[in-house]
Amino acid sequence: MKITRKEFLRILGASAAAAGAARLLHAVRGESAMPSQFVGRKQRWGMAIDFQKCRADKGCDDCLRACHSVHNVPQIPDPRHEVKWIWKEPYEKVFPFQQTDYTRQTFTGNPLPILCNHCASPPCVRVCPTQATWKRDDGIVMMDYHRCIGCRYCMAACPYGSRSFNWFDPRPYISKQNSGYATRTKGVVEKCNFCEERLADGLLPACVEACSQKALVFGDLNNEGSEVRQILGKHFSIQRRPELGCGPSIFYLI
Amino acid sequence: MFMLEKAMVGSRRYWSWMVFLLLLAAFGLVFYLRQLSYGLGITGMSRDVSWGIYIAQFTFFVGVAASAVMVLLPCYLHDVQQFGKITLLGELLAISAVIMCMLFIFVDMGQPTRVLNVLLYPTLSSLMFWDMVSLGGYLLLNAVIATAMLNSEYKGVPAPTWTKPLILLSIPWAVSIHTVTAFLYNGLAGRSLWFTAVLAPRFLASAFASGPALMILLCLALRRLTSFDAGQDAIRRLGVIVTYAMTVNVFFLLLELFTSLYSHVPEDAQPFAYLFFGLEGKHGLVPLMWLSSALAVAALIALLVPGLRRKESVLALAAVFVFLSLWLEKGLGLIVAGFVPSPLGDVTPYAPTGPEWAIVVGIWAIGALMITVFYKITVSIREAN
Repeated sequence: MKITRKEFLRILGASAAAAGAARLLHAVRGESAMPSQFVGRKQRWGMAIDFQKCRADKGCDDCLRACHSVHNVPQIPDPRHEVKWIWKEPYEKVFPFQQTDYTRQTFTGNPLPILCNHCASPPCVRVCPTQATWKRDDGIVMMDYHRCIGCRYCMAACPYGSRSFNWFDPRPYISKQNSGYATRTKGVVEKCNFCEERLADGLLPACVEACSQKALVFGDLNNEGSEVRQILGKHFSIQRRPELGCGPSIFYLI
Repeated sequence: MFMLEKAMVGSRRYWSWMVFLLLLAAFGLVFYLRQLSYGLGITGMSRDVSWGIYIAQFTFFVGVAASAVMVLLPCYLHDVQQFGKITLLGELLAISAVIMCMLFIFVDMGQPTRVLNVLLYPTLSSLMFWDMVSLGGYLLLNAVIATAMLNSEYKGVPAPTWTKPLILLSIPWAVSIHTVTAFLYNGLAGRSLWFTAVLAPRFLASAFASGPALMILLCLALRRLTSFDAGQDAIRRLGVIVTYAMTVNVFFLLLELFTSLYSHVPEDAQPFAYLFFGLEGKHGLVPLMWLSSALAVAALIALLVPGLRRKESVLALAAVFVFLSLWLEKGLGLIVAGFVPSPLGDVTPYAPTGPEWAIVVGIWAIGALMITVFYKITVSIREAN
């Protein structure tokens, strides 16, 4: 097929006009219908942690164990080299400025589960030089263990200490391997993935499922009807260091 | 390669020094191979203090690299003729320092074989990407300029005119490499020690003190060991630059201390408290920081009194003090203390391990090796003319 210059220019002009028209149509339509339609449709996974229910049994570690066994998280005894996805810290470490010396009911010493906050504006994602960590449309902050170069810039950037590095081969420290989830190699960073692999199968995160007190409530923060939104609407909740502007998706009901 | 032959002939002393450095580099390599097979757990770094001496040394040597501008700028913008003979030395020092920086980054990678992912998936939001761009560009710029200058000295002709715009470009570029390096740290909201706008100016001030201090020592060494003499005037002028830069650097540090300690904001005060007094009974860095401060004060006294500064032996001692003081403050304390206390308030001590030191020493040896070879070539060419 041979195209003359005249024909070529005509086709070019017509395509440009079509593309322009489509964009115009999109812009006009988008302006009227966009906001409510869009926000309602997009999910944002989040979690509410009920401190009162959680502290009913201080020694309980069901959520930690469930998570760590599902995800092949190694149990390394040396705290300097630990890998943690979800773990417990005393209240005063998690919320150092959320208690006075004269609080009627002291929370000091009561352990509280902490995990990746799956921030709305995650600093770890911003600094990663290879996009090995990125935010999905549903708000989950993900890790690609095969792309991570192990520079640990994300660990410096995370204001919550939620990320762990594999200082050596973690496999010898996994007592019982779950063949359903990948193990990691030395030299990469890892963290909680909000059980994206379970969500894809329509399951709740392992920690939520494992909690006998039902202290962990998981759901879509963008859906007003979801259980997590109902709870957050009714009770006072706090986030870790909200002043930094990261927008954590984990809420604590105190 | 016509010039490398100049590095292949030398005295017994030259060769023993080269062999010594090669042995140190090999020593470092052996431990690096161990780190490569075992993982970074071989170092003193931990979940809380996740960057250590590698990244700290990287930061320090970016400063040394950037400081070449302190000989170029007076020479090319203010026509300070006395620096004419040492601009090339400054550029060659910059090249060696940038390569050292790249090595320090490389040995810090958990998965070094994947390091090119930074180019494969360029991420404009990451300052590490920009640091790679600025350091790479700076290396290229200096390599081109230095090669052209050496070439023309070899032929006994003036440097080609096209080097002039490149040299002028390298001046702001030098400032950019250290600014971007400061941005690596001071854009992180969760690390209060680094989260300060004065970090980049402080980096530049310490760079313009430590780099020219090293330059003074290198010039004195060249005069003693070779026929090359930078000239008393050039060395004195470098001394003045070190004096200004070190004064400004200490001033910036005091600004930081005042803001953090007087305001009593716990988060801002704690890292400094850790550095200078220790926290929760952990004082690993305290003696080093006080040593750094004492060296800085001693150096400033020697530098600020003109009568003292003009004595070459005093100036040399002051240069050593400045270099050591900043090496401790910036090449260790500033980076490590950024991680203390941790986001959960834990105070985790850090000290480099034996293998970690060996790797660091190996990289220094490679740096010294490059400087030796580069300077040997330069001096041999100048002797031949």
